[in-house]
Amino acid sequence: MLSDYEMVLGLEVHVELNTATKIFCGCAVSYGDEPNTHCCPVCMGFPGILPVLNQKVIEYAIKAGIATNCTIASYSKQDRKNYFYPDLPKAYQISQYDLPLCENGYLTIETENGPKRIGITRIHIEEDAGKLVHDPQKGTFIDCNRCGVPLIEIVSEPDMRSEKEADAYLRKLRSVIRYTGISECKMNEGAFRCDVNLSVRKKGETAFGTRTEMKNLNSFQFISKAISYEYQRQVAALEAGESIVQETRRFDRQTGKTFSMRGKENADDYRYFPDPDLPPIENDDAFLREIEASIPTLPDERKASWIEKYGLPAYDCEQLLEEKEIADYFETALKDCAYPKILSNLMLSEVFRLLPETGKIPVPPTDLAAIANMEGKEILSSSAAKKVLRECFETKERPEDIVQKRGLTQISDPELLLPFVLETIQENPKMVSDYQSGKTNAVKALMGSLMKKSGGKGNPKVLSSLLEDALSRL
Amino acid sequence: MDILSMSACDLSRALSEKKVSALEVTQCYLKQIEEKEPSVSAYLTVDAKGAMDKAEEVDQRRAAGEALSPYAGIPIGVKDNICTKGLKTTCASRMLEHFVPPYDATVIERLRRLDMVILGKLNMDEFAMGSTTENSYFKVTKNPVSPDRVPGGSSGGSAAAVAALEAPLTLGSDTGGSIRQPAAFCGVVGVKPTYGTVSRYGLVAFASSLDQIGPLSRNVSDSAFLLNALAGHDPKDATSLSRDYDDFSKDIGKGVEGLRIALPREFFGEGLNQKVKEAVFSAAKTLESLGAKVEEVSFPSLSLALPAYYVLSSAEASSNLARFDGIRYGYRSENYSDMDSLYKKTRSEGFGAEVKRRIMLGTFALSSGYYDAYYKKALQVRSLLASDYQKIFEQCDVILSPVAPTTAYRIGEKTSDPMEMYLGDIYTVPVNIAGIPALSMPCGKDQNGLPIGLHLMGDFFSEPTLYRAAAALEKTQKGGSDDAFGL
Repeated sequence: MLSDYEMVLGLEVHVELNTATKIFCGCAVSYGDEPNTHCCPVCMGFPGILPVLNQKVIEYAIKAGIATNCTIASYSKQDRKNYFYPDLPKAYQISQYDLPLCENGYLTIETENGPKRIGITRIHIEEDAGKLVHDPQKGTFIDCNRCGVPLIEIVSEPDMRSEKEADAYLRKLRSVIRYTGISECKMNEGAFRCDVNLSVRKKGETAFGTRTEMKNLNSFQFISKAISYEYQRQVAALEAGESIVQETRRFDRQTGKTFSMRGKENADDYRYFPDPDLPPIENDDAFLREIEASIPTLPDERKASWIEKYGLPAYDCEQLLEEKEIADYFETALKDCAYPKILSNLMLSEVFRLLPETGKIPVPPTDLAAIANMEGKEILSSSAAKKVLRECFETKERPEDIVQKRGLTQISDPELLLPFVLETIQENPKMVSDYQSGKTNAVKALMGSLMKKSGGKGNPKVLSSLLEDALSRL
Repeated sequence: MDILSMSACDLSRALSEKKVSALEVTQCYLKQIEEKEPSVSAYLTVDAKGAMDKAEEVDQRRAAGEALSPYAGIPIGVKDNICTKGLKTTCASRMLEHFVPPYDATVIERLRRLDMVILGKLNMDEFAMGSTTENSYFKVTKNPVSPDRVPGGSSGGSAAAVAALEAPLTLGSDTGGSIRQPAAFCGVVGVKPTYGTVSRYGLVAFASSLDQIGPLSRNVSDSAFLLNALAGHDPKDATSLSRDYDDFSKDIGKGVEGLRIALPREFFGEGLNQKVKEAVFSAAKTLESLGAKVEEVSFPSLSLALPAYYVLSSAEASSNLARFDGIRYGYRSENYSDMDSLYKKTRSEGFGAEVKRRIMLGTFALSSGYYDAYYKKALQVRSLLASDYQKIFEQCDVILSPVAPTTAYRIGEKTSDPMEMYLGDIYTVPVNIAGIPALSMPCGKDQNGLPIGLHLMGDFFSEPTLYRAAAALEKTQKGGSDDAFGL
């Protein structure tokens, strides 16, 4: 039944910008500090107080727009979104309604069926709300430190069809934003949070089904789980003859299920209107060019050059490019390395696995290049190369020293290896007779014994051809 | 020396020449306040101690030879919707009955820097919504000219204080006529400056795109004198204009020879009291006799101004006043059971009827499905009005009209019918919608001895021209005194 349906996903992502000060006042943007230590009459919405837009916010949002291939508005404005909630001091959020700063962009993701474009409807600027802190004994408190922290909201087109695509889009988006330097996108701090709009329809249909919205998901894992649960729930509901209610649903991390929060019938009317305290935003070409020039090389451009120069697979590039620090590291290592694919394999397998939480690779890029070169020149077997890399991570010693000390140099001289082959054949008559009766698996077993006999140092390629040669002569 | 009879400009000279001390002036006004308040009720808060401390400080510094500003030691009263650090700012609302701002409005900062003496805070219609000051939660201010009459509103306390000599100068705010109409009702001078001339930072917002702080004074020169202190760019107000201002009094005394004055016929139509009409025409004749050219013009969109004003101002107000929710500051209902009831009860109990009426109106106008029919339409009227004004200003320098269709109402006369009350704003609201400056000054009295207000409107930044025309007219009323500073 599930296979008769497809999901349609659109994502709204809120990114907190890392400007030094808030969007409308001089308070510092900070995370995790003592509550209510970074707020003032402006961000607390005191009577008579006026907002003044932080120009950095415009600059940062435009950077995000350029990096996601958007058209940047030459004329834009800010609007008030009116609703009551204790974490919203003015009882309206200054946001953008019908004239957002950036529109009509896209990002390209890698899927099983090749590259796919995900449309970006718009990017607009807005202020964050404060935080409610619930204390079971003392009641609910308001922390205004987050009030007025600048946000951009990035709204995608409903172009994604699986949780994998959503995941790839979010990773790509996060990567691009991090490259531009406008946010660290720390998900655990809520600096990159996602609202998921999901509907389902029978495969082949073109009309959209009724969608539900899941708000404020802030880990890739939860997003995938929420999507897959909600997809199955909607399909099950339709199959049971029920209809989907347009509503906001809450994802419960404990149970992995989603729950209805409120239906559309009592949805808020935000009564948007242009904020009379803030003049329109006008961007001239010179300003846009200046911003464009300040954006570093973005992942897609690097990917294209890596594919062209080094012949690396697109999927590998995508993985290596996600974090700018890692990509920079890889690019530095590439300069000293004659074997890009081996280097890439070492990165994607061992380096990613060993990567500490800090995200900093403790081995200098030249050392990683040296290991890849040794593997490429067949001085090290691929397993020995991994072993050396692990030791580099642990001991911080030079790879050459490790290879020498541990005697890990691969033996490729057939004259040195032939005795091992002959001994193995002699010691394993059963496997040999299996081989002769046509059981091809026996070769693998013989190779295993052979590798063991050579103490793991034998060049598997050379050993394999010697073995085949010897067997054929029996 | 009769301190009370001196204009602000007179006081300025006397203070700098040390003919009178700031303390003497302040004590004199505090005494006058004490005597007059029982019958006028213009003040909500009198800061006697703060005023005397400041006056003493000014005197000491002057005695020590410090060069002080021409404003140093001059007392001033402030409308109670302009935030004063450490001094209650209530907006005449139960909602802010005990609210003491931890900051000064930019205009207050300016007054303090110039060493003016703040006497206290003045009564008003709650959150500046109203035309009689009867919408104050605290008290009804009486018109000093006739105690059974309202002083007008919403800056009724500011106008009454000037008329009762309880302050030489006061600050008001004008969203749809709230400085000019009470000035007219009390027989004083009031100016609504060009939008963006005076910072709104610290003015508790009613309708942000219309609000402007301005001066109330006994005469034209004092008005220009005070506006000089108020005007200027403020980085804390994004709608404040980046601009340098000339001395606003620079053209006072130049006469009106060649000045082109427009009388828009729509401003003299139905509903206008005959006496008021005659007084305004007579003022026009006087100006003509002084060398001005007067011509009749048309202002076709006038009838649209009032509905557009009530949509725009109420829409903005519904959002601006949403922050008064009982969460962080101000009134909070004592009997609530959950979050929703906290909001509902706080706002139901904290706001008065007129404020609630406008919040409802504005909320409706912005609601989905009605936005285009009301708010968007009102914005279209806004450009229509602006274009009517621009057409007139292509040929004329000043537009002359009545400030209000009538003189001051009896207390309680209009409270039962808000629509009738709103009609009284017909001549003043177009000015705020267009953002242009306008001046209100006395031009005679009606059969009951109540002051009649003359309305002078000009193009953006034409305040010096308005003062020039007003001063010429004022001179004829005062028996030909040539002293620009004279009362």
